[in-house]
Amino acid sequence: MTAQPQPNTFRAGPDERGHFGTFGGRFVAETLMPLILELEQAYGQAKSDPAFQAEMASYLTHYVGRPSPLYFAERLTEHLREVSTASGLSGGAKIYFKRDELNHTGAHKVNNVLGQILVARRMGKRRIIAETGAGQHGVATATLCARFGLDCVVYMGAVDVERQKPNVFRMKMLGAEVVPVQSGTRTLKDAMNEALRDWVTNVADTFYCIGTVAGPHPYPMMVRDFQCVIGRETREQMMQAEGRLPDSLVAAIGGGSNAIGLFHPFLDERQIEIYGVEAAGHGLTHLHAASIAGGRPGVLHGNRTYLLMNDDGQIQDAHSISAGLDYPGIGPEHSWLHETGRATYLSATDDEALAAFQLCCKLEGIIPALEPAHALAKVIELAPKKAKDHLMVMNLCGRGDKDIFTVAEHLGAAM
Amino acid sequence: MTARIDKCFASCRAENRAALVIYSMAGDPDPETSLSILKALPKAGADIIEFGMPFTDPMADGPAIQAAGLRALKAGQTTVKTLDLVRRFRADDADTPVILMGYFNPIYVYGVGRFLADAKSAGIDGLIVVDLPPEEDDELCLPTLAAGLAFIRLATPTTDDRRLPAVLANTAGFVYYVSITGITGAATPDFRQVSDAVARIKRHTPLPVVVGFGVKTGADAAAIAEGADGVAVGTALVNAVKASLDTEGRATSKTVESVAKLVEGLAAGVRSVTKAKAA
Ligand SMILES: Cc1ncc(COP(=O)(O)O)c(C=O)c1O
Repeated sequence: MTAQPQPNTFRAGPDERGHFGTFGGRFVAETLMPLILELEQAYGQAKSDPAFQAEMASYLTHYVGRPSPLYFAERLTEHLREVSTASGLSGGAKIYFKRDELNHTGAHKVNNVLGQILVARRMGKRRIIAETGAGQHGVATATLCARFGLDCVVYMGAVDVERQKPNVFRMKMLGAEVVPVQSGTRTLKDAMNEALRDWVTNVADTFYCIGTVAGPHPYPMMVRDFQCVIGRETREQMMQAEGRLPDSLVAAIGGGSNAIGLFHPFLDERQIEIYGVEAAGHGLTHLHAASIAGGRPGVLHGNRTYLLMNDDGQIQDAHSISAGLDYPGIGPEHSWLHETGRATYLSATDDEALAAFQLCCKLEGIIPALEPAHALAKVIELAPKKAKDHLMVMNLCGRGDKDIFTVAEHLGAAM
Repeated sequence: MTARIDKCFASCRAENRAALVIYSMAGDPDPETSLSILKALPKAGADIIEFGMPFTDPMADGPAIQAAGLRALKAGQTTVKTLDLVRRFRADDADTPVILMGYFNPIYVYGVGRFLADAKSAGIDGLIVVDLPPEEDDELCLPTLAAGLAFIRLATPTTDDRRLPAVLANTAGFVYYVSITGITGAATPDFRQVSDAVARIKRHTPLPVVVGFGVKTGADAAAIAEGADGVAVGTALVNAVKASLDTEGRATSKTVESVAKLVEGLAAGVRSVTKAKAA
């Protein structure tokens, strides 16, 4: 691992060329470059425009349903304290869930989509395209396109269309066209390739609404900014609940948007431990989707970041039980936080996530999405080793309705 | 440093015609057939060869070139093998310029310094890397120029007059004008708009301008050759390779022959247009 210089602040990035340390950048075809520069300018203007901020805040409150609660997961906390006691430690962190699964459309994705759609409107774009894996970003995009009367085309790998049928139907009900992508491995990375191909072809009227902190600059920055509402609310809510900031933060990582949204507002409180959880699939020595644990730096989809690839630079298939984590890369800011050592990246297997999913249902009466179930799997490991006054926040970034078929299949249950 | 490329355009100019630039995917459908295709191209009338470096995720390519890349990868093509094919081609052809065309990740992973040294010693004349706009010149463009190879940039319909100087600044050899906003193998361009665009680019640079994307037939090639210094064809060739394969996807006795026939037709199209002298 190349050591990156330690910055004075972790919250200043990216630089004007879109770099977080050596990561990020704008690795796109010339056709797209003028659009990306135009978007950067439009977003810069929106960001400093109080009218835009007010519009955003109003829709977040009245349409998305924010703020989402910061909830003390009391029974999970008690359970893990028993685990701690049984192992002779008598600790067990106090666990809070940031409940972004209660947002309209059922995940954090809508925070970002709202922001991008409002930017697209300012730019006069009438046609919105998006890629989606689990379908949550696609549903959020279809939802806001319906709300604002915009055309919506969602690219989705043919494999994901098959395993996320309820979301495909949702998108269609909302008026979106869902295009099953047959190229490559027919999953999220191919959906992103196909969306980029559409964008290159329809540059004049089309806005590409990317679903995570990936893609060329300014996307990783812009998507992060829109997701930071998660961390900002968490700060305030934790001050209210406990009179102080949390001691640790845990979030699942596909591209890393829900995670960076929680982490970013806390990056400069260096005593706060930060854990990102990648999908270890069948295990790190088998098929998985853990780019930091099992990949190395490369260039794909417009930025330099950690990627799963072979020795010849060909991108490898990712695997995760969770379609939303099934991506061979990670947002460039996470690669930088990893190399600077500011955040720690762990991974959870399919089986660990399934076990955590069931525990959450039974102890808290919350059916989580399989993505945050990966984060929960590591909370289950970390919390018993912490003292009882340790405050741990996990981003419960999506609800599990979309996943019940997958889970049933793995548990051998008939639906 | 761009001697072979410069000489090629000079001799086309002496014949008052445009150059024919042919794209072929390295290792498709297998390394030996790919070498035979490479060797057949100049004989069939190709002036410059763009040799595609296969990549799993070619975001600016249409289905035909995507599939060709996957065929090559499936047959075990690697960057080392691609350079080796060029080395073997160069052993009997000292004149035809060979440009490698592809995406940055395989080069980045190979190591930029090592790649440039190996490419140069293999007899490669230049690079076209689709996902490296001028904003990323430090990555590969400047080291390529320093190593004495050409870095050929794509200019597109979205590259306006304000942006053109930046796109042209570190370009060498020729400029590749992408005739449509879109991916390879898509729509046929509007020839009138293309010749206006070429004229616009020529106001900014003395370099030859080659036009590609969407050129399929000898007639298309002739129409483009009216206004441009070169015509590039890729998808049509890759389709000819594919159409010649057996049901298992292996080369047949017809593969090289059908590619050569296609290129002969394109060359006849390009040569049917005699350009005004002075230019
Ligand atoms: C609920 C949920 N969590 C997480 C993710 C992964 O994305 P990210 O890492 O950008 O938050 C997804 C993606 O579909 C999702 O639906």
